[in-house]
Amino acid sequence: MPEARVIRLHRPDGGATDSERRRAPEAVEPAEAAEDQVTPRWYGDLADLLAFARRRLCGDYGVDEFGFDPDLTDHVLFPLLRPLYRSWFRVETIGLHHVPAEGGALVVANHSGTLPLDALMTAVAVREAHPAGRHLRMLGADLLFRIPLLGSLARKSGQTLACAPDAERLLTSGELVGVWPEGFKGIGKLYRDRYKLQRFGRGGFVSAALRTQATIIPCAIVGAEEIYPMIGDIKPLARLFSTPYFPVTPFFPLLGPLGMIPLPSKWYIEFGEPVRTDAYAPDSAEDPMLVFNLTDQIRETIQQTLYRLLIQRRNPFLG
Amino acid sequence: MPPSTVLVTGASRFVGGQLAARLAADSTIDRILAVDAVPPRQELLRRMGRAEFVRADLRNPLIAKVISTARVDTVVHASITANPRGSGGPGRNGRSAMKEMNVIGTMQLLAACQKSSTVTRLVVKSTGAVYGASALDQAVFTERDEPNGIPPSGYAKDAVEIEGYIRGFARRRQDVDVTVLRFTNIIGPRIDTVLGRYFSLPVVPTVLGYDPRVQLLHEEDALAVLERATRAPLPGVFNVGGDGVLLLSQAIRRVGRIPVPIPELAVATVGWLLRSAQLVDYSPEQIRFLNFGRVLDTTRLRTEFGFVPRWTTAQAFDDYLRGRALRPTIDPEWITTAERCLLGLASRLR
Repeated sequence: MPEARVIRLHRPDGGATDSERRRAPEAVEPAEAAEDQVTPRWYGDLADLLAFARRRLCGDYGVDEFGFDPDLTDHVLFPLLRPLYRSWFRVETIGLHHVPAEGGALVVANHSGTLPLDALMTAVAVREAHPAGRHLRMLGADLLFRIPLLGSLARKSGQTLACAPDAERLLTSGELVGVWPEGFKGIGKLYRDRYKLQRFGRGGFVSAALRTQATIIPCAIVGAEEIYPMIGDIKPLARLFSTPYFPVTPFFPLLGPLGMIPLPSKWYIEFGEPVRTDAYAPDSAEDPMLVFNLTDQIRETIQQTLYRLLIQRRNPFLG
Repeated sequence: MPPSTVLVTGASRFVGGQLAARLAADSTIDRILAVDAVPPRQELLRRMGRAEFVRADLRNPLIAKVISTARVDTVVHASITANPRGSGGPGRNGRSAMKEMNVIGTMQLLAACQKSSTVTRLVVKSTGAVYGASALDQAVFTERDEPNGIPPSGYAKDAVEIEGYIRGFARRRQDVDVTVLRFTNIIGPRIDTVLGRYFSLPVVPTVLGYDPRVQLLHEEDALAVLERATRAPLPGVFNVGGDGVLLLSQAIRRVGRIPVPIPELAVATVGWLLRSAQLVDYSPEQIRFLNFGRVLDTTRLRTEFGFVPRWTTAQAFDDYLRGRALRPTIDPEWITTAERCLLGLASRLR
């Protein structure tokens, strides 16, 4: 009976746990690799790739309480977004030193571009261009989390529902949080309204920052408006698909899937002077006038930065 | 003040029975009455030692007599269950019996407690299901959070109703310390739960496009929390769960099972098939849980209740795997072997 030998109810090495056993070969490999002085780069890459594949297949990776999976984000999502960031949009960041290297802070940015690529590019900017390599934990609309596949992918990439408890929990645990308070009004606006900031929600993000005494970093993104210039919105189709808008661009839906390729505009992401909230008492979040004023102040800062960046820009595609 | 006479409901099932056994080992407690409608298995009965088993149906007013004659001072209501299998009385089974046991049983028990002049402490094993599960919910629930709309049916609705009755009882009998413990999914080598059976299926059906967060609690931690609440007055509502979360896909990979994603539209049919085949309970609310998952904040448990779970979610899950000796469909050994082979091949090439 050869099958009988395959069933091992008791591990031969007794005490070692599964995860210890899983980790064991990983610990060996770098030592083996170090024996040879000339290790080709592809070999190291292959070892990394195989180690990643093994971790994924065995479920041996960490996930936080929001469902954020840094292993997947860094090894799959960012490598996919990087070419878009570097070669397609040629993103330039300004004022990244305003983003703190540690501790809770709230990045507030303008939203545009029909699809939320601006949020993804900001996340890449903070992860790749910032010396601390921070993960941007973005707050998304509930619609996102209702969509199968996309919703769970959003959670795995560190996003969570835009609601006060989640925002405050992230900020108090010292995370860098990103929010796009214009929401669908900003992302789904027509091309003729480009770079005109819409209403900034109800100032919920300011209340969250006040309650947690987190710094607010205004962020202006230029270039995202041109990726899908939205010239029309077919309301009946939007209702049919129960989406907030159904975009018509010069190439979509005319060219079908080809029309979904974003135009290669040149992007600038500028992080502005941080607005500190620790001077206010934590209960000042209950003061609506203060919340409105701060919201307006941040909105105005972003709008002025957008105008300045637009004046400096000569061509949307060449920069 | 330590309790002198404790009544534990749900004695024929794991949590109630093991809790009675733990309390029986403590000589400072005079008497332990373990109540259930069906007698516990021999082995469990033996473990319960000096605890007295009382065969009584909670839906029957007889329970009031048990409480008054034994002069019970602490009632531990551990019989609320999401497990329809064997939750009914003799010869009865299924969902409606479960609902009746859960809701009507609790109402009778509360009525008996309210009448009693000796009861000073009530501990209830409730569930995190009261928070529901949906895309509109925050990621982590604290005890202050209200559910986002009461679940339309099933166990979660029962749990919400039960907690409503308990609040009513606490209002009427303010001299009684009421502890409500909202547990996450309990798992471990010995306990039989819906989730435990789910992971032991050879291929695990999941909902296509959804990957919920799962927070688990080790069975020993669950018992320790209940025991602590029984011994000392710790009134209030507390979330009870292990640290950290696993994604469902990750948990399935850890068992070495093959996930079978089922489109949302077909989920109800597959769930019905699995339920009729007596394989696993795959009820609509279970499916909602498999869509969105749920995580409880346990800060109050640590600070006010004073308990730190010994097992994290991942450790509890791994202990369950080891204890059940589940044979993986995909052995992690194969994966490490494959990795080593490929690397060996590559090192010869370079």
